[in-house]
Amino acid sequence: MLLSGDFARQDFALGRAMTESLIEATAERLFGDHCTPRLLAAAEKGAFAADFWAAVEEAGLPRALVPEEAGGFGMPVAEALTILRVAGRHAVPLPLGETIAASWLLAGAGLALPDGPLTIAPVGKDAALALERRGDAWHLSGSASRVPWGRDAVAVAVLATHQGVPMVACVARGGFTVAHGSNLAREPRDTLDFDASLGADAVAPAASGVDHASLRALGAAMRSLQMAGAMAGLLDMTTKYALDRTQFGKPIGKFQAIQHSLAILGAHQAAAGAAATGGAEAVGDGLRVFPIAVAKLRTGEAAGLCAGLAHQVHGAIGFTYEHSLHFLTKRLLSWRNEFGNEAEWGLMLGRHLAAAGADRLWHEITAA
Amino acid sequence: MVDLPFAPPPPCPEAETLRLEVRDFLAEALADRTPAQRAESWSGHDAAFSRKVGAKGWIGMTWPKQYGGHERRALERYVVLEEMLAAGAPVSHHWIADRQSGPLILRVGTDEQKERILPRIARGEAMFCIGMSEPDSGSDLAATRTRAEAVQGGFVVNGTKLWTSGAHQADFMILFCRTGGGERHEGTSQFLVDLKATSSIQIRPVHALTGEHHFNEVVFTDVFLPETALLGKLGDGWNQVTSELAYERSGPERFLSSFLIMTEMLRVIGPEPSERAAIAIGRLAAHIHALRRMSRSVAGMLQAGENPALQAALVKELGNSLEQEIPEIARLLVDCEPSLESDDAFLATLSLITLHAPSFSLRGGTREIMRGMIARGLGLR
Repeated sequence: MLLSGDFARQDFALGRAMTESLIEATAERLFGDHCTPRLLAAAEKGAFAADFWAAVEEAGLPRALVPEEAGGFGMPVAEALTILRVAGRHAVPLPLGETIAASWLLAGAGLALPDGPLTIAPVGKDAALALERRGDAWHLSGSASRVPWGRDAVAVAVLATHQGVPMVACVARGGFTVAHGSNLAREPRDTLDFDASLGADAVAPAASGVDHASLRALGAAMRSLQMAGAMAGLLDMTTKYALDRTQFGKPIGKFQAIQHSLAILGAHQAAAGAAATGGAEAVGDGLRVFPIAVAKLRTGEAAGLCAGLAHQVHGAIGFTYEHSLHFLTKRLLSWRNEFGNEAEWGLMLGRHLAAAGADRLWHEITAA
Repeated sequence: MVDLPFAPPPPCPEAETLRLEVRDFLAEALADRTPAQRAESWSGHDAAFSRKVGAKGWIGMTWPKQYGGHERRALERYVVLEEMLAAGAPVSHHWIADRQSGPLILRVGTDEQKERILPRIARGEAMFCIGMSEPDSGSDLAATRTRAEAVQGGFVVNGTKLWTSGAHQADFMILFCRTGGGERHEGTSQFLVDLKATSSIQIRPVHALTGEHHFNEVVFTDVFLPETALLGKLGDGWNQVTSELAYERSGPERFLSSFLIMTEMLRVIGPEPSERAAIAIGRLAAHIHALRRMSRSVAGMLQAGENPALQAALVKELGNSLEQEIPEIARLLVDCEPSLESDDAFLATLSLITLHAPSFSLRGGTREIMRGMIARGLGLR
């Protein structure tokens, strides 16, 4: 079968450029096969889906943003990142985006890429982690909160500043202790306390132009794609439910009130999809921050609205653990607050536009 | 998989060069236009301005040169449209003809109609109005009652059109009416009516709630139209009119009608806004940015010859709500009492647009009709 992990891996190994539709189909098949309600429920109880991860890694998906010679896709960034939209649609309970971001940081700094799930730190607005030189080696200390999948990562790509220069450190498991936390979807969001001695081969200056703001922007762009995917999933699920569920002698989707709710859901998920794609393009275009801010703000705003409408149309059954709707809605209600909520990105955009001034407002919007 | 796809807009580098040219032109052409006049947006009327736009080659941009067009790309035309709206240019003399009447004539008209009418539109010299709505046929277009009876050498029309914007200024109307038997969608046709050369058409003003005269009631009493006035195929009116609506609904005028408030609000708020104001402005700008992307995606679909009726409905649904939300946010961010007489640019703009806002989700197909179309696209109807 064309879409198997083995095929995909061979294709990457050969360095052949994959087409967007093929990578999307590969992801769709892989996620669709593995992401069962049973697996999602187990993940919520803390079981890391190791077999699923192995299949994802075998297909080369975590290397989406690294150069082709390091196992990357060899296709435009926006197309490579399509896999995160597909992952969002299936509520994939794995640190795929985090490993993609960590690999991007590490590869950009010229550091080796460990196999296995990775994550990034810091992700919030914590005090900076302290990176000091000790002889020929380095030492990293400090705490990072809300680190996604911290407990499951074999290594963390840490961004820390040394004498004003953004540096990337690869900290393997053992170089930090983990205090468990989670988001509303029970995805791990852990606090990591670092006390790590690092060899010279584990620390290097970040790629030119990469700093904490870029890492936050990349995270925001990735969550936007995941949210857009999750909303596409909601639309599909909720539309089908409305055609299936009968009340008052006909499918509820035949009632105009329900049709209009679904139309609103559809419109906002379409806007979210467009904004998220714009954000993904901006990642590939030097991490231009304006479209990424638009993406996170627009998808974040749509997330709550679409989750609410999906629940309303599903009625009581959608509020049960038994029904799988909540695997998507709980993620949406969490992801909208991660890597900056709508207010944070709106504030950034608004201050930028106000500083540019009224007569440049339209120019700023069209040039972004 | 139920899906409402928006492909990324096709790249069009030429459009950005053109954009600067349009901005320079508008800076000069609109220098004397007050903020309140600019706030009229695409209902602002100035025949001389439209002739200047025509002379620049910015009307009928995508049409064949043979008919006075310029064979440019849909995304280039899009840039001209959005720059006009963002600047508050008085475009109503050419807007409807450029947007939907011209493309319709190009698609279904006879060679004679195309040769006679399209170059006039492209020069900015032929204003069109849309003869669709009637007293008993608003959202329900298929309930149209105006009828054209075939007679020797042509047709005789009887009936009343209502809410016809600009009929009192227009040179032509594209009339949608019954020509045959059958139910609802059957037996309808479209006609190209030369309003200036046809006798016994009565055009009466219907004043809007502001007192402004944009709408009209247009009464046809035994009005004779020659055979050459038939536009497209006899009896094919429903297909023609529904395809026309995709052009009517997807453009930047469906989310930029109140953009001028954004500009004036930012001027009042200044370079160091409060946190609350900055968040609100950033949010609105993000919504505009996302809608622009969707709307340019539709322009790309039109360019590729696809039918984006569903995507157009999505743009209009979201865009109209945004246009209506902008004045609501502005009035909370800037403490003020709106007044149409105000000399203040922000207040004058806010006042006019606050009063125009209810029409945004009525004109060009109501919000409820758009939601019905989207539901149909989802397979619910």
